[in-house]
Amino acid sequence: MKAAVIVFPGSNCDRDVEVALTQSMGAPPLMVWHRESEFPAVDLIVVPGGFSYGDYLRAGAMAANSPAMVETRRRADAGVAVLGICNGFQILAETALLPGVLMRNAALRFICRDVHLRVERKAAPFTGKYTEGQVIRIPIAHADGNYFTDDETLARLEGEGQIAFRYAQPDGAVTPSANPNGSRANIAGITNTAGNVLGMMPHPERLADPALSGTDGRPMFDGLVEALG
Amino acid sequence: MIARVHVTLKQGVLDPQGKAIANSLKSLGFSAVSGVRQGKYIEVELAGSDRESARAEVQDMCERLLANTVIEDYTIELDG
Repeated sequence: MKAAVIVFPGSNCDRDVEVALTQSMGAPPLMVWHRESEFPAVDLIVVPGGFSYGDYLRAGAMAANSPAMVETRRRADAGVAVLGICNGFQILAETALLPGVLMRNAALRFICRDVHLRVERKAAPFTGKYTEGQVIRIPIAHADGNYFTDDETLARLEGEGQIAFRYAQPDGAVTPSANPNGSRANIAGITNTAGNVLGMMPHPERLADPALSGTDGRPMFDGLVEALG
Repeated sequence: MIARVHVTLKQGVLDPQGKAIANSLKSLGFSAVSGVRQGKYIEVELAGSDRESARAEVQDMCERLLANTVIEDYTIELDG
């Protein structure tokens, strides 16, 4: 598998993703500066976490119009796998590669802690190494992670199996108290209809090494390598 | 010409910041406050004097960048 990580001014999880990908791939990904509209063909593009453009206007709004994202959008439409984590999810929502929007957390606070996620769907290329209903522990670190979309789109996400992860109790129960940020239907991550674009607020790259006190994020990167060659 | 753009959350979209502002106003003694909705104000300076084309252009700006129409409404006023 060949992968690229888009780097914006204000990205701060680009290196974490680079390390997690290198561990699973055995070779480092390509780091692509946001001004680049041309970069070599890759099997996976990662839009990392951080505060691209200082979250000016709305989180992800400026980054969504950068040359690298215009190219990422073109490639996603052609079927290339795209993973957006945290600010990356916000950017993918702003580019309309994924439906909905990430609003300010319901309690208005920045939240930085581990949460439990229930894997809603086992599907390549992103969640093929997890099992359906599996509960994993992954950190969140965001102020704008409150997923919102209209009733019609939410029904479509549910019906088409586009919800990849929900915030849950350690036993897997999806309850209001397990919802850290007010997201509709406890949504922590969704895919597009084709399944080649995933956006998630939690950070799998931050728990992909035993030295970081957990490895629940690693199967995502191992699964990508397995699925994409 | 100056375009004055107001971006506000759509009715029905929860506005926790507006709610926090309302609570603060009430704790300051403004007991008549029954609700607050907050938003953004953006001034765009434009060259040219054709109001119709300016309005169309600013509307395009709102649709493509200034507002996220999934959750936000916008209004445009032209000045000058």
